Amino acid sequence: MPHRIEITLKDEVRDPRGERIKREIEHFLHLSVDQVRTIDVYTVDVPLSREELEAVAAGPFSDPVIQGYAIDKAAAHGFDWLVEVGFRPGVTDNVGRTAGEAIAYLTGRALAAGEGVYTSVQYLISGKLSAEQIEKIATGLLCNTLIQRYQLLDAASFQAKGGVATFVPKVQVEAKVEVNTVNLEVSDEELMRISRDGVLALTLDEMKIIQAHYRDSKVREVRQKLGLGAAPTDVELEALAQTWSEHCKHKIFSADVEYDDGTGKTEKINSLFKSYIQKTTADVRAALGDKDFCLSVFKDNAGVIRFNDDWSLVFKVETHNSPSALDPYGGALTGIVGVNRDPFGTGKGAKLIFNTDVFCFADPFYEKPLPKRLLHPSRIFEGVVEGVEHGGNKSGIPTVNGSIVFDDRFAGKPLVFCGTAGLMPATVNGEPGHQKRIVPGDLIVMPGGRIGKDGIHGATFSSEELNENSPVSAVQIGDPITQKRMFDFLIRARDKNLYRFITDNGAGGLSSSIGEMSEECGGCQVDLSKAPLKYPGLAPWEILISEAQERMSLAVPPESIDAFMEMAQRFGVEATVLGTFTDSGIFHMLYGEKTVAYLPLSFLHGGLPPMQIPARWEQPVHPEPTLPPAADYTGDLKGLLSSLNICSKESVVRRYDHEVQGGSVVKPFTGVANDGPSDAAVVRPILDSFEAVVTGHGISPRYSDIDAYHMAANAIDEGLRNYVAVGGSLDLVAGLDNFCWCDPVLSERTPDGPYKMAQLVRANKALYDYCTVFSLPLISGKDSMKNDFYDGTTKISIPPTLLFSVIGKMEDARKAVTMDVKRPGDLVYLVGVTKNELGGSEYLAQQGYVGNSVPKVDAQAALASYRAYHKALNDGLVASCHDLSDGGLAVAAAESAFAGGYGIELDLALVAFAGAAGEKSDAVLLFSESASRLLVTVRPEKANAFEAALAGSVCAKIGAVRGDQTFTVTGLSGAEIVKAELADLKEAWQAPLREL
Amino acid sequence: MTKAKALVITGNGTNCETEAAHACRLGGFDEARIAHISELMTGEVSLDDYHFLNLTGGFLDGDDLGSAKAQANRLRYAAVAGSNEPILEQLLRFIGDGKLVLGVCNGFQLLVKMGMLPALGSDYVKQTATLTYNASGRFQDRWCYLKVDASSPSVYTRGIEGGVYLPVRHGEGKFLVDAPETLTAIENKHLACLKYSDADYTAATMEFPENPNGSTNAIAGICDETGRVMGLMPHPEAFVHRTQHPRWTREELPEEGAGLVFFRNAAQYVKQNL
Repeated sequence: MPHRIEITLKDEVRDPRGERIKREIEHFLHLSVDQVRTIDVYTVDVPLSREELEAVAAGPFSDPVIQGYAIDKAAAHGFDWLVEVGFRPGVTDNVGRTAGEAIAYLTGRALAAGEGVYTSVQYLISGKLSAEQIEKIATGLLCNTLIQRYQLLDAASFQAKGGVATFVPKVQVEAKVEVNTVNLEVSDEELMRISRDGVLALTLDEMKIIQAHYRDSKVREVRQKLGLGAAPTDVELEALAQTWSEHCKHKIFSADVEYDDGTGKTEKINSLFKSYIQKTTADVRAALGDKDFCLSVFKDNAGVIRFNDDWSLVFKVETHNSPSALDPYGGALTGIVGVNRDPFGTGKGAKLIFNTDVFCFADPFYEKPLPKRLLHPSRIFEGVVEGVEHGGNKSGIPTVNGSIVFDDRFAGKPLVFCGTAGLMPATVNGEPGHQKRIVPGDLIVMPGGRIGKDGIHGATFSSEELNENSPVSAVQIGDPITQKRMFDFLIRARDKNLYRFITDNGAGGLSSSIGEMSEECGGCQVDLSKAPLKYPGLAPWEILISEAQERMSLAVPPESIDAFMEMAQRFGVEATVLGTFTDSGIFHMLYGEKTVAYLPLSFLHGGLPPMQIPARWEQPVHPEPTLPPAADYTGDLKGLLSSLNICSKESVVRRYDHEVQGGSVVKPFTGVANDGPSDAAVVRPILDSFEAVVTGHGISPRYSDIDAYHMAANAIDEGLRNYVAVGGSLDLVAGLDNFCWCDPVLSERTPDGPYKMAQLVRANKALYDYCTVFSLPLISGKDSMKNDFYDGTTKISIPPTLLFSVIGKMEDARKAVTMDVKRPGDLVYLVGVTKNELGGSEYLAQQGYVGNSVPKVDAQAALASYRAYHKALNDGLVASCHDLSDGGLAVAAAESAFAGGYGIELDLALVAFAGAAGEKSDAVLLFSESASRLLVTVRPEKANAFEAALAGSVCAKIGAVRGDQTFTVTGLSGAEIVKAELADLKEAWQAPLREL
Repeated sequence: MTKAKALVITGNGTNCETEAAHACRLGGFDEARIAHISELMTGEVSLDDYHFLNLTGGFLDGDDLGSAKAQANRLRYAAVAGSNEPILEQLLRFIGDGKLVLGVCNGFQLLVKMGMLPALGSDYVKQTATLTYNASGRFQDRWCYLKVDASSPSVYTRGIEGGVYLPVRHGEGKFLVDAPETLTAIENKHLACLKYSDADYTAATMEFPENPNGSTNAIAGICDETGRVMGLMPHPEAFVHRTQHPRWTREELPEEGAGLVFFRNAAQYVKQNL
C-alpha cells in the first residue's frame, strides 16, 4: 500500500514559498488572502517497513532544524482552504526520482519496476474566499491542469474526510504493443483526416507523395519479401512525418519562392536558406581567405569557429515557443536544457561555457480578455523565467546575456530563445574536435534518460499553429541533473575516445537523430524493443518519436563498447545498445525480430520536393504623427525609462547565475551600484588566459511593422554594436540567426501569406546585404515559422522577429569597457550620425504610433566607425561606452549616467544630424533610434587621441560628465529641455518590473 | 616540505569544480585534483591521499529534497566498492587527521546537513543548523560585503582586515539554528567567521540586499571549533582576479582577487602543519 509522507515547516519558521504565492495571488489575481503555508507531500509507492519509513521521513525527506513530518496522517491545520497540486501520470517528476534514489541508498535496495515516489505540494490558504475564488487560485495560479492535477478541500471537508486521499499518479497503460498499418488508398479528404487526427502535420501534397511511394511496384516487391504489406506501418508514417515536419525539414526556408517586390518586378528564389544564409557564409569565408575562422557551419547541431590554436568555440541558439505557451515552466526548462545538448552534441562534444536567453512576451499586466487556452502573459512570464532559471542554474552554466521584449501580439505565442556556447578542444585524440564520422558496423547507443510518452508529436505540433486541441503529450519537462550526470560521463568518454559520433535527441526523438546519423554511413538497423522505457506499454512508433529529454545518440565502435558501458555504469548513467549502423541504404526498424519500418533513406531524406510559396511585397503606410515641439522632455524621458521594453530587468537577471565557472568579465549589470545594463557579455572560458569570448544580440520586432528588411538590418547592427561596445574584435566574429515568423504560407487561414512571405524574403536579403559587408559569417541558426494562435475566430500572429546573436573574441579581456560613466569631467562623444528615424521607435509606440521613417543602417559607415572605435578601445582611450537602441540618445545617456553615479550634460546643437533642416528637432535628436551609434566617454587628456582615432567617422563631442547628480539636456533653442536627478531617473527605470 | 594536495569533488550536480581547483593552484597547492564522486565510490580516489577537501558550489541532485540533502544521504549510506565503508567514515577520518575541509555554497549546505558544521563539542554527525530558502523566496546572484570576525579560529580567514567582498549565488542560503543555545555557542566561540555587512565592514546587517537571504545574525559563513572545517555561502573561488569584480572597470584594484586568501591560507596551513 502506498504511503503518504507529509513534510511540514515548523510553525515558527517562515515559509518563503507560501509568502511568494500569497504575493502572486494578490498581484495577479487581485484577491486578498491572509496567509499561505505549504506542505511537501511524498507519495511513496515502495514497500517499506515502518522503521524504514521513519528513517526516510526523518532523514533525506526532512530537515530536523526547520521541518517535521507525518506518515500516513494529515499534518495540515489552521487553514480555510487546502489545495494539493501534483503531477499527472507520466509527467516528469524530478523530485520524485531523487526521492526514490534516496530510498534506495538508505535501504540498500534498488527500486523495483513499477515502484516509485510521487511528489505533490499542499497549499494551505487562510482568508475569506468563495469556492469560486479558490477555484480561480487553483487553476489560475497553482496548477497547470495540462500537466498537473489538484484536489481542493475546505477545512470542514478536510476534517470530515480525515485529510487528502492518497493518489498514485502511476502510468497505467494497457500493454498493447502493436504495429498498425495505415491504408492510404483513400480519398483526399480521408488522407487529410489521417494527417490531422494523427498530428502528422503533413499536407495533402505530402500525403500523396507518400501514397505514390507505396504504390511503386519496386517498393511493393521489396516489402513483400520482408513480409510487409503494401500499406505503410504507423512507424513508417510517423518517421516520415517527423522527418518532413517544418520543424525538422525547414520546408519554408527550402521552398521555391516567387517574389514580387511590389513594383511588379518578380524574382524566383530557390531556397532562402541556400540563396541568402548559406551564401552569406560562403561569400564571407571566401573574402576572408586564409583568415577564415569558420570550422563547421550549418552541418552539425551547432556552428564551430576557431578560438585559438588549442580551442574552438561552439554556439547555437534555439527556440521553444509552442511548448512554453502550453506549459511555460516545463517548456522553457526543456528549451534551455535542450539547447545545451546542441553544442554538447557538436563535433566530438564540447564543454558548455555560457547560456543566453531572449524572451518575447505580452504585457504581464495585460487586462483585456484572452482567447480560451491562452495562459495569461504574467503566468507565461513567471513560468518561463523560472524554467530557464532552474535549467541554467542547475546545469552550472552561467547565463551571461539576454533581454526581454514586450509586444501584446506575443500573447498568441511567447518566444523563448535559448542559446548555449561551448568550448571544444581543437584536437581530440589526434583528430579535429569538430569532425566526426560513423563507420558501418558501429553500434547505435543511447545514453541518458528513459523513453516515455512525453513530447510525442513535439516536432509536428510546433509545425502547426497553436489551437484549443494542441496535444497534451507534446509537453516535456527537462531534468537538468540527469543531463548533467550524462554530460559528466560523456565528456570523459570523449577524452578516452570511446565513441566516434555524438548527436542530440531533440525534436523527433530517435527518428530524427538516428535518421540523420544514418545519412553519414548509409543506413541503420534498430531494435526498438531494446529501448529503455519509463513505463511499459509504449507502441513502437511512440518509442521512435518520443521527445523524452536528456538523451544523446552515439556511434560506438564495437571494440570500445565494453569500456563505454562499464564507464557509463560507474557514472550512474543508463546506456543502451539499440542497433547497428549499416550501409544498406535503409532506415530499418525492428521490434524484436519483426520489421516495423523499412524506409529507403533516399525517400526519407530526399523524397520531398520543395514547396512553392508566393511572396508579394507591399510597403505599408502608417499614419505619420506630427510632434509639436515641447519646452520640456523630462517627462517623456521618464516615461520611456519606465516602458516595459526599456526598464530594468534586474529582478529577473539576478535569478540567473551569471558567474559560475569563474570566467565572468563583463556582467549583465555594472556601474557604481552594480545596476547599470551592460551591452554585451565578456567571458574568459580558460581561467589562466585573458583571451575572452564576447557575446551580444540584436532584436527589434517592432520595425517589422514598417519593413522586415530594416527590422533584420537593425537587429544585425544592434547585435554587432553591442558586441563592439564592450570590446569584441571585428576580425573574429560570427553571427547566428533565429527567425521566428508567423505562418507565411498562403492558405485559407492565412490569406495574407504572400505579404508575410515577402517580409521573410526581405529579412533574408538584409541578412545577406549586411553580414557580407560586416564580414559576419552565419555559423548556425534556426527558424520557427508557425507562431500564430488560431481558434477558429481569433487569430493572433506575432510580429516577424529575427534574433541576431553575435559571438566572437577579444584578445585581452583586461581591455573590456563597460557602459557606466567613470568620473566627473570626462567628455561625452556620440559616434555615428542621427537622422529623423522615429518610425517604429519606442517613443512613437508610447504615443500610440508606428510611423514610417524606420531606421536604415549604413553598413559601410557603421563598419568604419566600429573599427575606429575598436582601435581606440585597444589603445586604452575609452572610459565608457553604451550603445544607443530603444529610446535613442536620451535613454542611453541617462542609463550611462545613473549607472556611473554622475550626472551628464548634453547639448543637442552639437549632435551630428543628417537630413533636411526641417526634420531636425529636439524630439528627433533625443529619441530617434538611428542605428550604429555609440555614446562614449573619454578622459579629457585622452580626448585628442580619441578624436584622432575616430577622425574618419562621424564623432561629435556633445557634452560632459558632471560632478553632481543632475542629468541635463540643452535643446536646439539653447534652453534646457531635460533636467532630472539621477535618483529619479533610476527609480523610473527600476520600478516597473522590480516586484516581478 | 609536504606536497600540498587539494581534492575537489564533483558529480551529481556540482558545478564549481573547475574554478575551485584553479583557486587551489593559485593559492599554492602543488596538486588540485578534480574527482568525480564515482571515482570515490569505486575507490579509485581516496580522501586519505589528500590534505584539503573542497566541497564546492552546485545543485547536488538538483537540490530536489532541499539543498544537498540527497548527497548527505548518499555519503552516509553508500559504501565504497569492495568495502563496507561509507564515504562518511572517510570524511570523519579526514577531519580527525587534522586536515582541512572547505564547503562553499552547496558544499556548505552539505556540511551543515551532515552535521559537520558547526559540530559543537566535536560532534560531526548531528545536524544543529540549516540553510534554507532565502527570505525573498528567490535565487540571488549578487555581490556582498562580508565582515570577518578576527577572533575566529578559522584557518581560512586569517589575516583578512575588516572584511571581504564576494559574490553569492544561491536560493537557499538563509542560516538557521535548531535552538538558541546553538547560536549562543556559535557566537561565543567566534565560529561565525563571516557576516553580511555594510560596505565599510562596520556592522552586520539584516537589510536586503546587503544581507541577501535573511540569515540569522547575518551569518554568511561558519567554522568548527578547530577552524579547519569551514563553510560559507559566498564564493571565494569566484574572485581570484580583479576582472571578476563587478566594478573592475571603474575601481583601482589589486591584480589578485580578495577570495584567493582562503586558498592561500589553506595551502600555507597544509605546508606548515601536515
